[in-house]
Amino acid sequence: EKTRDTFREKLAVITKGKTEIDDDFLEELETILVAADVGVETTLGIVDAITERAKQETYRSEEELNRMLMEEIQQLLEETGEEHPLDFDAPLPAKPYVILIVGVNGAGKTTSVAKLAHNYDKAGKKVIIAAADTFRAAAYEQLQIWADRAGVPMIGQAQGSDPASVVYDAVSAAVSRNADVVLVDTAGRLHNKSHLMEELAKIMRVAKKRIPEAPHEVLLVLDGTTGQNAVLQAREFTKFVKVTGLVVTKLDGTAKGGIVLSISRELKLPVKYIGVGEKIDDLQLFDRAEFVKALLGRELK
Amino acid sequence: MFDSLSDKLEATFKKLAGQATINEINIGLAMRDIKRALLGADVNYKVAKKLIDDIREKSLGEQVIKSVSPAQMIVKIVYDELTELMGGEQKPLNLSPKKLPAVIMVAGLQGSGKTTFCAKLALRLKKSGKQPMLVAADVYRPAAIDQLKALGQQVDVPVFAIEEQDAMKAALQGLEAARSAAKDVVIVDTAGRLQIDQVMMAEAESLKHALKPDELLFVVDSMMGQEAVNTAKAFNDRLDFDGVVLTKLDGDSRGGAALSIRQVVEKPIKFISIGEKVDDLDLFYPDRMAQRILGMGDIVSFVEKA
Ligand SMILES: Nc1nc2c(ncn2[C@@H]2O[C@H](COP(=O)(O)OP(=O)(O)OP(=O)(O)O)[C@@H](O)[C@H]2O)c(=O)[nH]1
Ligand SMILES: Nc1nc2c(ncn2[C@@H]2O[C@H](COP(=O)(O)OP(=O)(O)OP(=O)(O)O)[C@@H](O)[C@H]2O)c(=O)[nH]1
Ligand SMILES: [Mg+2]
Ligand SMILES: [Mg+2]
Repeated sequence: EKTRDTFREKLAVITKGKTEIDDDFLEELETILVAADVGVETTLGIVDAITERAKQETYRSEEELNRMLMEEIQQLLEETGEEHPLDFDAPLPAKPYVILIVGVNGAGKTTSVAKLAHNYDKAGKKVIIAAADTFRAAAYEQLQIWADRAGVPMIGQAQGSDPASVVYDAVSAAVSRNADVVLVDTAGRLHNKSHLMEELAKIMRVAKKRIPEAPHEVLLVLDGTTGQNAVLQAREFTKFVKVTGLVVTKLDGTAKGGIVLSISRELKLPVKYIGVGEKIDDLQLFDRAEFVKALLGRELK
Repeated sequence: MFDSLSDKLEATFKKLAGQATINEINIGLAMRDIKRALLGADVNYKVAKKLIDDIREKSLGEQVIKSVSPAQMIVKIVYDELTELMGGEQKPLNLSPKKLPAVIMVAGLQGSGKTTFCAKLALRLKKSGKQPMLVAADVYRPAAIDQLKALGQQVDVPVFAIEEQDAMKAALQGLEAARSAAKDVVIVDTAGRLQIDQVMMAEAESLKHALKPDELLFVVDSMMGQEAVNTAKAFNDRLDFDGVVLTKLDGDSRGGAALSIRQVVEKPIKFISIGEKVDDLDLFYPDRMAQRILGMGDIVSFVEKA
């Protein structure tokens, strides 16, 4: 990608001819991070860490300064569990493996369900999609189109029915059909609406009735253009369902998704996948180093 | 961690307590806190910087009155400045009474709330005595047409759609259908698009040229961060839209994006979307938005009384 290619260049501009970290450098760094939605607190944390390290280590080249910066920021992402999410063809720890997809309205949940279904299917796994958004206009029709495109079956009920009951049906079907993966699409809900959050907790309980360990994964989908509110989203969703990872969408735009750093710092949630387009192939496993490069590749004026 | 500005300023009040005048030293402290709070509310960093400079200047000026503390004075200045920046008065829709039907076109990023807004606006116009028609010009998103049809049914407004994957054809035929059905306003829903997607931006541009909308509205998610400015600017450069719709304000985002957009593109925010249901629509009031961004309605009224 364009932004990624120019990373060295951009960083070179701010580190050019620097043999120590001065205020100009720190201010530029602060601007880059804040402009990428990293957030003030986390940005100041990173800036402090760099300043601290600079006191202890003398570095000689721009190359070293670049590396130090990358390391510091990656550090924030490192504490959040595994190096990489499992590849789609890796064996799954349970069968059926139930994945619940949650998030606020319009974040990209349904599209992400389709992309995940497609990837698991391609990897030779037997997938079932559960249409547990029984609320939004034409949510069922939308998911049905995606299920057809991915070539996997979908379990659903009429608009207005109980989403927990859809999940129960789907998990039961997965058991009897010997499916490997159940992907549950849920309705968009804002995290400050307690009755909607309770509904999620209920879906969790009902899934457990059929399979005590289910759901094995809960992915919180975040729109990559979201600002500081994303931290509140992550915090609230983790209160009601056991979120195991993040999917950050719409990173094919110019947004950097820097808010992920604050979420890592505060909630230790790993990013597992990123969405980079509207098509079924547009999903990637999260790559920490790539992400940090893209984040810092912000254009400076 | 994301304290509202009022909380931050409380702290600043304390730091400034006992200092009777605003001077270069104490204002530095206050401005740093205000800037951080603005950034925490997702106000664009460039906008925040400029705002801070203005506020600093105003605060050091003559406005200080005896009856309130310098810190309270600063709060009032910040609030007034934000309200002013967001356009002062509420701006209504501007539909030509002569042109039949009047045309409203809706555009924005993916998932921002366009389709839902179209239905809400149709309902609102219907209630005010108009005869609207909805036109489905999003021919890409899976089930976008079904969604608009379902929403149209909920608000009891007819929806025009075609089978073909041709947004221009859908829009123009929709306009024609509205004309022959003697509708007085059409609302055209378009697909979500990224500002860097040249093909899709060109499509929006030609839709605008063909439809000649009375109102081209840019729909934006209030949870958006720093990118809101670049996005709004790119859409405005290309489409020269007439107004902004801010969605999902039933959430708990501070909505600093509103301020940034308003400041950078200088177009009024006309509506706010406050829920998933078809009547969850309201007019935009700059003063209320300023209070939301600052989280400080009570402090403002306190200073006002002083
Ligand atoms: N550019 C881009 N668009 C995306 C991406 N993921 C999803 N979208 C688009 O975002 C919009 C919303 O996506 P959905 O999958 O319907 O989102 P959702 O979270 O299921 O929405 P609700 O169910 O209404 O809450 C659609 O127009 C998608 O095509 C992505 O990675 N990049
Ligand atoms: N809570 C809340 N949800 C909203 C609001 N406006 C829209 N939504 C929801 O946000 C999601 C996306 O809304 P849509 O109207 O489909 O958005 P769109 O911009 O048409 O999406 P695309 O056509 O995919 O680009 C849906 O789940 C809507 O119900 C709002 O003001 N508040
Ligand atoms: Mg959905
Ligand atoms: Mg739509």
